[in-house]
Amino acid sequence: MERIWRIITESFPLLLEFGIKFTIPITIASFAVAFLLSVFVALAQYAKTPVLRQLCRVYIWVIRGTPLLVQLFLVYYGLPKLGIITEKYSTAILVLGINEGAYMAESLRGALEAVPRGQLEAGLCVSMTYPKIMWHVVLPQAFRTVFPAFSNSFIAMLKETSLIKSITIIEMFRQAEIIAAREYEPLVLYTEVALIYLAFCSVLTLLQRRLEKRLDHYGGGVK
Amino acid sequence: MMLEVSGVTKTFGENTVLRGIDLFVEKGDVVAILGPSGSGKTTFLRCLNFLERADSGRLVFDGEVFDLRTAGKKEIARVRRKTAFVFQNYNLFLNKTVLQNVTLGLTASGRMPRAEAKDAALAALERVGMADRLSAYPSELSGGQQQRVAIARGLASGPEIIYFDEPTSALDPELIGEVLDVMRALARDGMTMLVVTHEMEFARGVSNRVLFMENGAAVESAPTDAFFREPKTERSREFIRSILHKDGE
Repeated sequence: MERIWRIITESFPLLLEFGIKFTIPITIASFAVAFLLSVFVALAQYAKTPVLRQLCRVYIWVIRGTPLLVQLFLVYYGLPKLGIITEKYSTAILVLGINEGAYMAESLRGALEAVPRGQLEAGLCVSMTYPKIMWHVVLPQAFRTVFPAFSNSFIAMLKETSLIKSITIIEMFRQAEIIAAREYEPLVLYTEVALIYLAFCSVLTLLQRRLEKRLDHYGGGVK
Repeated sequence: MMLEVSGVTKTFGENTVLRGIDLFVEKGDVVAILGPSGSGKTTFLRCLNFLERADSGRLVFDGEVFDLRTAGKKEIARVRRKTAFVFQNYNLFLNKTVLQNVTLGLTASGRMPRAEAKDAALAALERVGMADRLSAYPSELSGGQQQRVAIARGLASGPEIIYFDEPTSALDPELIGEVLDVMRALARDGMTMLVVTHEMEFARGVSNRVLFMENGAAVESAPTDAFFREPKTERSREFIRSILHKDGE
């Protein structure tokens, strides 16, 4: 029992440190990639841009149709065979971002399409240009609608970072694995790491509730 | 002549909605567009502001000629700068306050600097009696209040003509009066207005000319008095009779 306690007190701060140093920053960076990508892809489809729209559909089809782990392997271990040198951290951030971006783009497209058509027409009638109407009127309303879905994505991405250990990144989960192997205590170590993920996600959930209330200032836009 | 429209046609798939509509409007005119539901009144109005592309038709606005089918972006922008459009369901920007709803079009179109836009907005909101609700969001207002703000939004840019597309049709009966009052005041001040409406009382009392449409065609175009006193076509006579009958119930 004493040994277990020693393992916990020694490993827990280390795991937490890896969570803060790797899991969280990588989640934030890949979410940023996913966010920008999803806005671009959703707008290209909403505006029915001819060629771009088809490309976006292909992107979503391919990404949603293949596992994240396979995508990571393909880029990190596969592309070097074509002479493309990949760096592990940027690969992790880009692949995670490009992956979740496909799901987020679909949510955002739905939210854009849910904004009443009259909002656009009213903007046109007061001499606003299409981009200005999107920026001031349609996108803000769509973001309000899509916020819960985007929060979901953020939480999903935080947990998906555990997969990047497979491209040799030592992040929180990989660290737990190493200690578990050394001490022969998988139950203890994986429980610890699970609790840390749970704590991180709980904070995010609380944050989501707060922000949702704040975004509600104009009555949610739906009547 | 301020506005002259001729030969407007429009087909949705197999369905012919407009079969060559003509209309002329002088400065200060209030023209009521009447007719049974589905007669193409709204589509006609939307074509004039390019919210709908007509299949053919010519618009002369302030001496400038526009082709309703082929007009380019810049031409459309020129027409829209001189017009305002009031929708049946208000279409206020849901994420903006009352004041922002009116200023946004002025500033975002580069027409006015912020301070000037605010002054213009306040003046317009004053005219519709909504200057005391500047920071309210549309969801906090009644339908009548929302429509008055929508009218202010149109007024603020100083349009030469305002198009009204059934402005009171979505309102509860007790809220119709406040919107019609605002429109009456505008007419009195000499605003040129084109109003698609089912409010016969309003058409009779405020408009000076009537365009009666049915089944996509302009059946009769006449001064308001003459139209109601001695309608020239059998269809207009029937329409007026049915309306009066309804009012009498």
